[in-house]
Amino acid sequence: MNSLFLPLQNAVPFPLSKVPVLAVEEWRTVVLNGCGKERGRVAALFADAKRLYAMLAFDAKKNLKIGACELPEGGYPSLTPELPEVHLFEREIFEETGLKPAGHPGLKPVRSHQKKYPFHRIEGTHEVAVGPVHAGIIEPGHFRFQCHGEKVLHLEILLGYQHRGLEALFLKSDAEHRSVLAESVAGDTVIGHALAYCHAIEGLAERSILPKRCQMLRGIVLELERASNHAGDLGALAGDIGFLPASAWFGRLRGEFLNMLMELTGNRYGRGFIRPGAVTHDIPSAMTRDFIHRTGRALKEFKELSSLFFEASSVLARLEGTGTLKQETAKSLGVVGPAARASNSAKDVRQDHPSGIFSSKGIAPVKVSSGDVFARARVRSLEAKRSLEWIGESLETLTAEKISQSIGETKKEMGVVSLVEGWRGEIAHIAMTDQEGKIARYKIIDPSFHNWPALAAAMKGGAVSDFPLVNKSFNLSYAGHDL
Amino acid sequence: MPLKDAPAWPARYLSATAKDGEPRIAKELDARIKKLFGRSLKLRAVSAGSCNGCEMEMQALGNVVFDLSRFGIQFVASPRHADGLMIAGAVSKNMVSALKETYDAIPEPKIVIAVGACAINGGPFQGSVEVLGGAASVVPVDLFIPGCPPHPLVILEGIFKLLGKNCAPGRPSQSLF
Repeated sequence: MNSLFLPLQNAVPFPLSKVPVLAVEEWRTVVLNGCGKERGRVAALFADAKRLYAMLAFDAKKNLKIGACELPEGGYPSLTPELPEVHLFEREIFEETGLKPAGHPGLKPVRSHQKKYPFHRIEGTHEVAVGPVHAGIIEPGHFRFQCHGEKVLHLEILLGYQHRGLEALFLKSDAEHRSVLAESVAGDTVIGHALAYCHAIEGLAERSILPKRCQMLRGIVLELERASNHAGDLGALAGDIGFLPASAWFGRLRGEFLNMLMELTGNRYGRGFIRPGAVTHDIPSAMTRDFIHRTGRALKEFKELSSLFFEASSVLARLEGTGTLKQETAKSLGVVGPAARASNSAKDVRQDHPSGIFSSKGIAPVKVSSGDVFARARVRSLEAKRSLEWIGESLETLTAEKISQSIGETKKEMGVVSLVEGWRGEIAHIAMTDQEGKIARYKIIDPSFHNWPALAAAMKGGAVSDFPLVNKSFNLSYAGHDL
Repeated sequence: MPLKDAPAWPARYLSATAKDGEPRIAKELDARIKKLFGRSLKLRAVSAGSCNGCEMEMQALGNVVFDLSRFGIQFVASPRHADGLMIAGAVSKNMVSALKETYDAIPEPKIVIAVGACAINGGPFQGSVEVLGGAASVVPVDLFIPGCPPHPLVILEGIFKLLGKNCAPGRPSQSLF
């Protein structure tokens, strides 16, 4: 059935003319079948001026497929009732194009605040509203709880406050500025999004195989970004439950990784480092030796600190059984990244659809099964340690090549899907060029776009005072969702 | 990016940071403000159409390495408790009213610090119809701190310059480093 869709590979371009354009009903059937019997998932659902596209991922079989239908006049039957994972995607398409998914259970705004948002209200309960401005120094978003005493009967999340118009800006900007925009999708995922962007552009260009040293350095900074954010999240979780030694120490470790990024790239988050065809700074051999030493030391500290944290009974009492996201819920919502891996689902782009250095030097995903705050914390600890080991090994085996090459012209009327395992999960950049080789459509999907509904699901039935902890255990991007 | 399309600078902060319409390196606020905030400054952070980079550097200020509180500076959870506003982001349309309300809720006297390229003039998002192009489009700003994101030490340096910290009478404020 899904042989009707076009098979794809991560970062490998395809002629747009080869994308099958099916009738709406047939297209729907392929998508539903693909995610049902064939055990795939929807990695992207989006529209351009003429067509509606579905990009499916079959992680176990390590393949991707894409198929389209003509934009159906007057709407089409919604996929969401049978496939909750496309809930937000269909709302997004409706908001951007007016294409109505008939029978969608909650067709509400995604990024537009022009009309008053119709929150679901459960009569007789206490309604608690939080945000957009939050108590801490964090991004804006609105949370509306329906509570009975402490118990949360329903949580609805309204985002869009960070909407900066990224996708439209992408199309208006020159190539140089697009790299800056890619780095600015989410400021804590500079490397992840920059890499997804560059793989897309390189995929579309004449020469896309880069020197190994360049690919290796890109992988190293991606893993440094992962380690720094996981350390930061563990510190934040520790702070939230009042375990201050771990909070302070994880915070310091995070700084260590950011400082390494700064010494290599000139910026604590790696801005300016990854550009199409290149990394912009090489690593001198003295710095390589220094980084090997520092990642080794950081790994040792991370192990000690993780023991201190995860073996404290007061920590376990707080984290275990809190904010549980069941495996079936995670799957039905299409959750990606550490949140999925903490609910027993070992999906990871580095393993399932590797690109760049991960095609030759892999990194195995970790998995924890309890789906609670403990599991999401534990996954971060295990992943960070694995990343630090990988970084050390990679630095030891860095080969001597150039760090950049010219990639040539952009191919005309081609498409490319570029997936990267960012620290929050699967990042997808999808690019399509026109008959002059200019980018005509650029779709950005941050892992948070898949995962925000999981936070609402995890809070259902929980205690409202657990919200800060559960929220931090997901730590999703508002900016990445809002674009 | 050049500032030529930036909005006109309101009069309130022309004396402190700009001369003849051109921004200049921060000098101290007037003596009265310095007396009120010089040794205890409580700031409310608002993120308005940002990428979260500046927010993370602002958060880092509270860690054991930078330890903001040893200088008498602290972030607070409510504008009612604050002496000033620290803004990150290009000011998205969707955050305009929340930002204005937060500013209005801070009792006088108050200061406003814009952190990062976006809060200065929209940063990478200049030209987007979804953003207003910087904090000064909504509130009067006393201090702009450049960077993308500014290193935590640069944020500290900016605040120090504004408060005239770490300087002897009659001498310009010394650098933090």
